[in-house]
Amino acid sequence: MSVQPAMPKCWRVESKPHKFCPGCGHGLVLKALGQAIDELGIQDKVVFGCDIGCSLLSWDFFNVDTVQTHHGRTTPVITGIKRANSEVTGIAYMGDGGGYAIGAQHLVSAATRNERITAILVNNTQYGMTGGQMAPTTLPGQKTETSPYGRDVNTAGYPTQGPEMVAAITQEGAYVARGTVANVKQLKGFIKKALENQMAGNGFSFVEVLSTCPTNWRTNAEDTWKFVEQEMTKYFKVGEIKVPGPREKEGQ
Amino acid sequence: MPEKPIQGEKRVFMTGNEVVAWAAAAAEADIMYGYPITPQNEIMHYWTRMLPKYGRRFLQTEDELSAGFTTAGGVLAGRRAFTATAGPGNTLMQEPLSMAEAMRLPVVVIVQQRGGPSTATVIYSQQEVTLTTLGGNGEGLRVVYSTATHQELFDYTIKSFNTAWKYRFPTFVLGDGYQAKMRESLTMYDPASRGITMVPTEPYVGMAGMPGVDREPTHLRNTYNVEEELFEVLENYLADYAKAAPEIAEYDAFDTDDAELVVISHGVVSRACKAAVKELREEGYKVGYFRPITLRPLPADQLRDVAGKAKQLLVVESANGQLDRLIKEVIYGNTTEMLSLFKPGVGITTEEVVARVKEIKG
Repeated sequence: MSVQPAMPKCWRVESKPHKFCPGCGHGLVLKALGQAIDELGIQDKVVFGCDIGCSLLSWDFFNVDTVQTHHGRTTPVITGIKRANSEVTGIAYMGDGGGYAIGAQHLVSAATRNERITAILVNNTQYGMTGGQMAPTTLPGQKTETSPYGRDVNTAGYPTQGPEMVAAITQEGAYVARGTVANVKQLKGFIKKALENQMAGNGFSFVEVLSTCPTNWRTNAEDTWKFVEQEMTKYFKVGEIKVPGPREKEGQ
Repeated sequence: MPEKPIQGEKRVFMTGNEVVAWAAAAAEADIMYGYPITPQNEIMHYWTRMLPKYGRRFLQTEDELSAGFTTAGGVLAGRRAFTATAGPGNTLMQEPLSMAEAMRLPVVVIVQQRGGPSTATVIYSQQEVTLTTLGGNGEGLRVVYSTATHQELFDYTIKSFNTAWKYRFPTFVLGDGYQAKMRESLTMYDPASRGITMVPTEPYVGMAGMPGVDREPTHLRNTYNVEEELFEVLENYLADYAKAAPEIAEYDAFDTDDAELVVISHGVVSRACKAAVKELREEGYKVGYFRPITLRPLPADQLRDVAGKAKQLLVVESANGQLDRLIKEVIYGNTTEMLSLFKPGVGITTEEVVARVKEIKG
């Protein structure tokens, strides 16, 4: 008799098995998010927004109110909801394209305004749903459909360091972390703190998650984990980058 | 409980942008999301000054994409939310309004048209008709009121919230730079004092109860997996729109029954046309006046009726035939001669309309 691992309580059983490709990291991110929602007991408070791209496949993932938006526009939709109803816990769920390319101005502005929302950005170093094109997070030398000879930093620039940017432009009260699907327990902790930070009304909360795309990476199981655990972490450092509290003054 | 912005009725003399802000406040609008662009700026200037007194809210966003999407968010949260824009801002806002169309979100947008294309002028035009009525990558399932006076700016701003929330289509009030900036007298009123009840709003997300236990969760999307799935959704939307269209459509007309030539116009240009038709009638010309107040949906039956009776239709607009195209579509098959006076991006006077009719009639 096999024992299935327990699903988070707020997962919607009717929409499982989910729609993501086998080996995709989204299921693990959404598991961590589901566990965090369960532990905080906020299933009836959460409004979940998802972007275009692979993240849109989470539109009926949870038994929580959900709105699937446009590419890059999830942050303003959740901002609009939260501004109109401060009782909800607003989660904007997006990919690296939605947050760092087409929706970058929204991420930057929400961060600088210290919007009381939680943004979760899944970084898989390329555009998954559209077929594996280069993303702002594609690693130097990484091959994609639009960088077939590898990302050339002289012409395409360097990968976006999202959490570092958000940490730099947010004021006190913000929470910023980078987790990975290779450590779901730690990731759940980051997401939980990001949600708690919003619930406390402190400020903008942002978690980037290093994630997998074996479809477009063209990797087998072993190489997929090697890429997310070893290659991505050389460039994208996992850990908490900013926690609420006053900024350190010069000389302290 | 904050006091009502307007008690009973009040005679005032103010700019159109100020009128819109007062009308939105009188209509119990809860929150405005906006991004500055001329010539609509003073709507948010006046709105932000009223906020503390009447317990309303405002967010200045980073651009019009965000203004449109945050307004959609406000509506999703169940608030009577609105935004205002013009020109290039209207162009950007077509993306969020496509989503509003897809999700049937009662977003209200005030557009104070400026010259186009691109940055063009910040002053005036009627060149945002095509964009406002049919913009977006869908079928144009939206409502567009074109106002001609400050009184109408007040009346239709209030009405736009009720139309939007009753039928659940994005709703626009299409003004222009002249209406935005000039002062004119009008009567402001508390809608309740005239028997106008504001259609109640309700949230799409964040309702009471445990989703999946006490109630079904809201799962809104604008993406569909297969063609047939989308087709089914759109069939319902199109049927709803077709049913609502005759209820929503409005027009103003006179002297059309025996007219050989009917002047058709909308917005402030119709004021010049109205005066011109009256003047020409006094001189013995058999002319009539017709003005669609809703540009989307158009008063199609009435336009066909007018086109069926008259020998000539003269379309007058401060654009190069944007209204003309919409009219030709609904009167398709009619052989009435179509004539025009188009002045894209420029105002039109009574004298010019009179001269054009005399030129036609000899």
